[in-house]
Amino acid sequence: MNKYNPDRMNPSSLRSRFTTRFLRNLSKIHAQKPSSSSSPAEIFRRYRRIKVAADKSMAYSVRSRRTWSRAMLWKLRTRPCSTSIRKTRHEKQNKNRTTTATTGEDRVGFGVEADELRELVPGGEAMDLCNLLHETAHYIKCLTTQVQVMKKIADFYSP
Amino acid sequence: MSGRRSRSKQSTVSRITDDQIADLVSKLQQLIPELRRRRFDKVSSSKVLQETCNYIRSLHREVEDLSDRLSQLLASTDSDSDQAAIIRSLLM
Repeated sequence: MNKYNPDRMNPSSLRSRFTTRFLRNLSKIHAQKPSSSSSPAEIFRRYRRIKVAADKSMAYSVRSRRTWSRAMLWKLRTRPCSTSIRKTRHEKQNKNRTTTATTGEDRVGFGVEADELRELVPGGEAMDLCNLLHETAHYIKCLTTQVQVMKKIADFYSP
Repeated sequence: MSGRRSRSKQSTVSRITDDQIADLVSKLQQLIPELRRRRFDKVSSSKVLQETCNYIRSLHREVEDLSDRLSQLLASTDSDSDQAAIIRSLLM
């Protein structure tokens, strides 16, 4: 089990890895736009691809060092199309009801909130409370990096 | 010595101590902007977890909004030759 060490987490190199990957994916998406690029359906399709690209870029930048990134990469690889994301969430809810991955000791006093957290963090349903808290901390750091970089890119392209 | 060893094995394998959990929860508290100001107050662990869930949800929403914004912006941009400039300004 990895000991939580904030010094080992280097946000600037994570940021540069994410930025490079995400920009590369963005230009791929941009290059593939058809001539009728401003129809709402096309914009929605592009929105989905950008969101998936952002999540994928972050998960790849973390690689398999974390349970949540491994879970997200697995999810992205096995279910690439947009409709199945709804299915995955439904399956996850069913899994939450039947999984017995956590012992009674772990969940004393944290039952409902921990389950909510398990739904939000990728791969959370299989984690015990200790791992869940580790993974959540790292996941939050990565999400904030993702948001910061995306904001800068959006500001850059804004008129 | 073997007694010490078996005791530490017990603490990581069969029983996660309350101190460990409290430590992790306080570390989480540092990351959440809402709760960072109240560092010296006693914030209950379930409140921390609740705020964590809210914070993650708001971050997800921000990602979705930014993706939406980017998809509209990309529609109107013609070339992405500025990419090198972006990378430089972001990583500076």
